[in-house]
Amino acid sequence: MNPFLEVINLRKEFFLHILNDKKIDALEDINFSMNHGEIIGLTGKSGSGKSSLMKCLYGTYLINEGSVMYDSSQYGKIDLAKATEHEILRIRKKELTYCSQFLQVIPRVPALEIVAEQLIADGVDEGDALEKARSFLNRLGLPEELWDAYPSTFSGGEQQRINVAQAIISEPRFLLIDEPTASLDVRTKDVVIQMILDLKKSGTSVILITHDAYTLANLADRELKLTNGRIEEAEVATA
Amino acid sequence: MVTDNSDNWLLRVRGLTKIYGDPISNTIRYTGPKYGTNQCPETDAIVACAEIDFDLFHGEVLGVVGESGSGKSTLVQLLYFDQESTGGDVRFRGFENGDVNLLTVSNQKKRYIRNHLMGMVYQNPRDGLNFKFSAGGNIAEKLLMAGEFHVGRIRDRSSSLLERTEVPVPRMDNAPGSFSGGMQQRVQISKAIANNPPLLFLDEVTTGLDVSVQAKVLDLIRGLQRQLGISMIVVSHDLSVIRMLTDRTMVLKNGRIVEAGLTDQILQDPQHEYTQLLVSSLL
Amino acid sequence: MIETEKFSRSYNYGFIDESTKKEIRRKILKAVAVPGYQVPYSSPEMPISRGWGTGGLHASLSLIGPDDVFKIIDQGSDASVNACNLRNFVRRMTDCRTTFDTAEATIIQTRHRITEEVLTDKQIIVFQVPQPEVLRSVERYEFKTRQMHAEADYAKMWVSLYESYVKFGAIMQGAGYPVKVNKRYIMTPSPIPRWDVPNLSHSDTLHVFAAGREKRIHCVPPHTLVEPLEFEDIKFMVESFDGIQCSVTGGTDAFMDEIYESDGDRKHTINDSNFMDKVRVGIRPRQRLFKNPA
Repeated sequence: MNPFLEVINLRKEFFLHILNDKKIDALEDINFSMNHGEIIGLTGKSGSGKSSLMKCLYGTYLINEGSVMYDSSQYGKIDLAKATEHEILRIRKKELTYCSQFLQVIPRVPALEIVAEQLIADGVDEGDALEKARSFLNRLGLPEELWDAYPSTFSGGEQQRINVAQAIISEPRFLLIDEPTASLDVRTKDVVIQMILDLKKSGTSVILITHDAYTLANLADRELKLTNGRIEEAEVATA
Repeated sequence: MVTDNSDNWLLRVRGLTKIYGDPISNTIRYTGPKYGTNQCPETDAIVACAEIDFDLFHGEVLGVVGESGSGKSTLVQLLYFDQESTGGDVRFRGFENGDVNLLTVSNQKKRYIRNHLMGMVYQNPRDGLNFKFSAGGNIAEKLLMAGEFHVGRIRDRSSSLLERTEVPVPRMDNAPGSFSGGMQQRVQISKAIANNPPLLFLDEVTTGLDVSVQAKVLDLIRGLQRQLGISMIVVSHDLSVIRMLTDRTMVLKNGRIVEAGLTDQILQDPQHEYTQLLVSSLL
Repeated sequence: MIETEKFSRSYNYGFIDESTKKEIRRKILKAVAVPGYQVPYSSPEMPISRGWGTGGLHASLSLIGPDDVFKIIDQGSDASVNACNLRNFVRRMTDCRTTFDTAEATIIQTRHRITEEVLTDKQIIVFQVPQPEVLRSVERYEFKTRQMHAEADYAKMWVSLYESYVKFGAIMQGAGYPVKVNKRYIMTPSPIPRWDVPNLSHSDTLHVFAAGREKRIHCVPPHTLVEPLEFEDIKFMVESFDGIQCSVTGGTDAFMDEIYESDGDRKHTINDSNFMDKVRVGIRPRQRLFKNPA
């Protein structure tokens, strides 16, 4: 079977002109592949390159060497390292969602609208989209009186819930999610894990970054551990 | 990469150049970011922008960043025919299917393109609005140019545009001089989109506004983009405006594009020295 | 000023020298060829100040010959001081016959009116124009107004009409209502009242508009379409004198002057003095009357 994603000899360095041409090696020798519907957990100490790898996959970081062969629903097999900007934008629009650790939204847009936004952009009826957003926020335990408030005023945990809800509501084909369960209480953590498992059932492939052993054990099919920008070991975790 | 082989473009710009004064053959060669100047060392000609290549796709929002004097405002003013270009080739799908170089068409056709197929929102509302006319009159001007000569229908359309941009409709017949800065900007946006243009230029539209007003204007622009699918070129020195509004970004310095790419890539993995400096200065 | 025999003989026929008259005639021909377009011309010095009818004199004196009959009115009146002085001047410079009778005149110079009596193809009417640039009220720069005319870019003019309607509930342009000539140029018909504006269209007469101070001539040739600017739902209207009678003649259906008496009473009289004289003795000359839309 065609792998869903195949990363071959990926290398990423940062060249900082403004720091006297300082060179920082971020990732080296990254090789792994991933099957359709798989959930991979990226682990490693902070600074080990987890987020950099994720950003390389999403196109936020330019890749210096190597290729990222992705089995796109729109383009077929495509090397994300060489794809044009418009190809990446289209893939992001229809298939690929990235959920960072921190919520970045337009100020002064209510929480509910932020969560529903992607669905509406996908052409879902506005009423249905808002309804689905309500049920998501409800499941994630965000107090109802916050739904019409602006998330920039929220606490870390509340923002995190908006962030997760926003990323998974439109059921992306490929989800990159950074620390989805950090700063959440145990009950909500379980809800988030369940939601991502539901996504997996509907066909979503997921790469997630987590520090949390509980989340990793309950969610990931497999763990990829990064140390100093290299993959240390690839082992199969028991779900 | 700013250009793209795909054929889905709305606006295709190649070699767009604007030089003030008398250039010589080396003027372009000895100016630009490499030499850190816009001024020709031999003739004092000023290269406002040179050799600008990019494609804008349907429904896309393209950002243009750079410091003052980098040529970013000149760029949109050339495309909106506020200034005459020195050279280049600009194709626009909205006009004769992009078969004609817009820079070479007659003034009358340029005026048609400006009024029917493009909209512009300037940093200073005085550039985009006629302060002698009322807010409604300013919008009426665009509609009249498009051949609408029915006062009742003009007023209906103006009210719905003002409502759309959250300007109190009862103030339609007041002069924009009596409005706040944010409201003037929203009237300007109403005027710019009055004829449903497929392409909108936004030149530093939130610069000089209060932070709270800025947020509302940004939200309005994003809503227009989402609901009407207008393609936009957003010029700003403010990287957070660029981050919120745009898909792709070009970085200009000394009249040249020094770097272009996906907006998140430009902001998080800038390659060019100048862009790295710009991003590291972000508050 | 121009009393002595010596004076009139020491000047060329019609005061202006022949080559300048020729130039003005050529400019008038050009203006006839491009109806509504403002043609720049030399505007030579005259023995009166610019802005007091010099443009009208230039046109009249260039067109006039010994067989012509000259009439001049000012705000409809043959008797105003300005009209009298200019009439005397033209007579002394040309030895022409002058008249008050509109029907008899071959060249009529006018300020701010068209005669009530319909003009014929044997007559030319010359307007004294203070400001020939119709777009001046909306655009102060000459190079821009020229460009606007060249590109038929009249949106600003339309906006000013829209604004007038919004502010006052009607288009308040009283005199000099903008008109579109031959479906191309917008021009000012000099400050004639709206009452006269419809009479420019498809008239049998040549209309010459000359602005001496501004050095421009524009024309409406005979049988040319002249349309006042109007919106689809807000139509052009002439002044209404419904139910108003001339206090001198009892006549109606003419442009009326409003006269306030010392006791505060108001009276109306027919503005066109020759027309009033005719109505008074029972002659009703032919008129073109415009009916306002309902």
